[in-house]
Amino acid sequence: MIIKIKNIKGVTLPHRKGTSEIPTETLPIPKLVEIPMQQHIGAPCKVLVGKGDYVYVGQVLGDTEKFVSAPIHSSISGTVVQIKDMILHSGVKCESIVIEPDGKQEVLPGITQPDISTKEKFLKAVRNSGLTGLGGAGFPAHVKLDTKERIPEALIVNAVECEPYITCDYRAIIEEGNEIVNGVKLILDKLSIPKAYIAVEDNKPAAFSLLKELAKDDCRIETVMLKTKYPQGAEKMLIYALTGKEVPMNGLPIDIGTVVMNVTSVLALYKYCKTGMPLVSKRITVEGNGVKNRGNYQVVIGTYIKDIFEYCNGDKEKTVKVLCGGPMMGTTAESYEMPVVKQSNAFLFMTPEDLDFMEESACIRCGRCVEACPMGLMPLTMNRYALAKMTEELEKYNIMNCIECGSCSYVCPAKRHLVQSFRVGKDLVRKAKVKNG
Amino acid sequence: MDKLIVSSSPHIKDKATTSRIMLDVIIALMPTAILSVYYFSYVSALIIVASVSSCVLFEYLFNLITKKKHSETDLSCVVTGLILAMNMPPLKSSIILSIIGAFIAIVVIKMLFGGIGQNIFNPAAAARIFLTTAFSSLMTVYVAPLTDGVTAATPLAIPKGELLPSYLDLFLGKTPGSLGETAAVTLIAGGIYLMIRKVITWEIPVIYIGTVALLSFAFGQDPLYSILAGGMMLGSIYMATDYTTSPVTRKGKIVYAAGLGLMTASIRKFGSNTEGVAFSLLFMNALVPLIDKFTVKKTFGRIKKK
Repeated sequence: MIIKIKNIKGVTLPHRKGTSEIPTETLPIPKLVEIPMQQHIGAPCKVLVGKGDYVYVGQVLGDTEKFVSAPIHSSISGTVVQIKDMILHSGVKCESIVIEPDGKQEVLPGITQPDISTKEKFLKAVRNSGLTGLGGAGFPAHVKLDTKERIPEALIVNAVECEPYITCDYRAIIEEGNEIVNGVKLILDKLSIPKAYIAVEDNKPAAFSLLKELAKDDCRIETVMLKTKYPQGAEKMLIYALTGKEVPMNGLPIDIGTVVMNVTSVLALYKYCKTGMPLVSKRITVEGNGVKNRGNYQVVIGTYIKDIFEYCNGDKEKTVKVLCGGPMMGTTAESYEMPVVKQSNAFLFMTPEDLDFMEESACIRCGRCVEACPMGLMPLTMNRYALAKMTEELEKYNIMNCIECGSCSYVCPAKRHLVQSFRVGKDLVRKAKVKNG
Repeated sequence: MDKLIVSSSPHIKDKATTSRIMLDVIIALMPTAILSVYYFSYVSALIIVASVSSCVLFEYLFNLITKKKHSETDLSCVVTGLILAMNMPPLKSSIILSIIGAFIAIVVIKMLFGGIGQNIFNPAAAARIFLTTAFSSLMTVYVAPLTDGVTAATPLAIPKGELLPSYLDLFLGKTPGSLGETAAVTLIAGGIYLMIRKVITWEIPVIYIGTVALLSFAFGQDPLYSILAGGMMLGSIYMATDYTTSPVTRKGKIVYAAGLGLMTASIRKFGSNTEGVAFSLLFMNALVPLIDKFTVKKTFGRIKKK
């Protein structure tokens, strides 16, 4: 596969990456953690422990027989105090396990380097690691990497990090660049992929030079600098920006010979293959005017937002919105009682000055949304049909191709809630499909 | 329970607003408006004031009577008023006529169709056509600039054989015509400002003007004279680029502008009307929904049908 740099459509955003040069700090183990049984796309995990059980760090708490799923591990050692139902910030309902730590962080006895001598064993290890796409979608990694008989022409490592505020991927590269490059080599070896491209945007030159330097002795790995543009970190956009190829509608990257992994997914996978310790903690960016001690923190999965907020000197009076993720695609937390999950990459404690509250007004047909849409859609037309609940027209205008990046809503001078209406519209199309078989 | 706002992404927005865009159009038209006052003295100022204030007033009253949310603050009615004034001949009668025009533009053409973003026809163009039809004697008399009211023929209506104004006079607007359609220099400067501010893109004005130049050359006319005389600059830069009444995609804009050029050049060559910009606008406005339908962008990743 040849590199053919293309400019994507989209928007130019303020960077606001003020935490990029602050070294990662480890958050102390909180008093209580809550681990949801659905932290991925696919089937939820069944609870495998009971109330009162003692659990170790790295012990499987939940799993399922289903292929599209990933096991969930305990991030701390301690006692299971409650198994309850909860609603995640994404709106998904699932069970969760509440654990009280004993503070010893005792590792599950017998955890050792997994056997990854063959491709099959490697893929099994990927599943056992509990790894899901850490870029945000949370798609189980073993499903993505199992490309069956088709060998990808290239592995694309996504170090784009195009959302404002977020710097955790950048910190991962700066602090654990060597492990990342070794992880890339490992994946290339195990899956016999001939080439890897690590994509970095030009607002992170230090990350680019470091990766380039670390990977210079392996001619299979090429570090590529891309012009900063949102949403270049979206899988389909990144592939296009690098190769000029479009992933077919309703298709997968492997259809055009590529596999995309987030840079921190590569890191997590490498660590598991070296130590056998699954994904139990995450590096997250804490930002926004609602907190004093902004920066990147290594936190155990299951840590409540409130513990991070307190540790970072948060001000509840000032904070009006808590974002899980970036300001363009992040979801809002209903309360501070929400736990960190595998896909968490940032918590932004926003005050009114961080946000843009503006009233919706009539569409003036300026066409800015059409120019901004990276997926080549007609947001203004889709908005009209979504509000009128005209399902057939929505499908005709390819609403299902919308990646909800928010570029259209961002540029809209009338401040129309475009993406919001598309979520409703997509739901209408899905329901109509179910109804019509 | 903590009071946290739960809302849909994105959570940040660009600074551009409807009113800021409209303000930019007003700023872009200011040099032309000021120049018209210089050329045609206080009459011009009175026409502008009458037109703008009645457009704002009609929109305010319409919203008041129909109990709609007040939309005057988006400044689009000010833009309509200003463009309408630029379309009026510099006569005292235009002060009254511009109020009638404002009623047509705002109430009939814009608000009755649902307000901003909903009207099919360009309000100022429709008002001009209405006034030219209903008050043709008052709308087709033009005054020479800097003469204190001497009537004269517009550059496009000068009979064959008589002396035509020079390119420089056309460029500086020292020719008879309506308030804002004579001076190419200030209209182009405003247009460049709008492009720098990313309010408009080059496609519509450049292709419209280019098509007219090309066709008038083909018809054996002087292309430079054709684009500098009459309402070409005002129409192509400020009226044809009206968001509501022009296509949304780039491809659509190109088709629309080429259509406008074809219409204008044909009306000027074959029609009895010497102008044609406003008529072309109305005609092409009616085709915008159709153009939009056939110029939908190609969706990312769509598999080409063989």
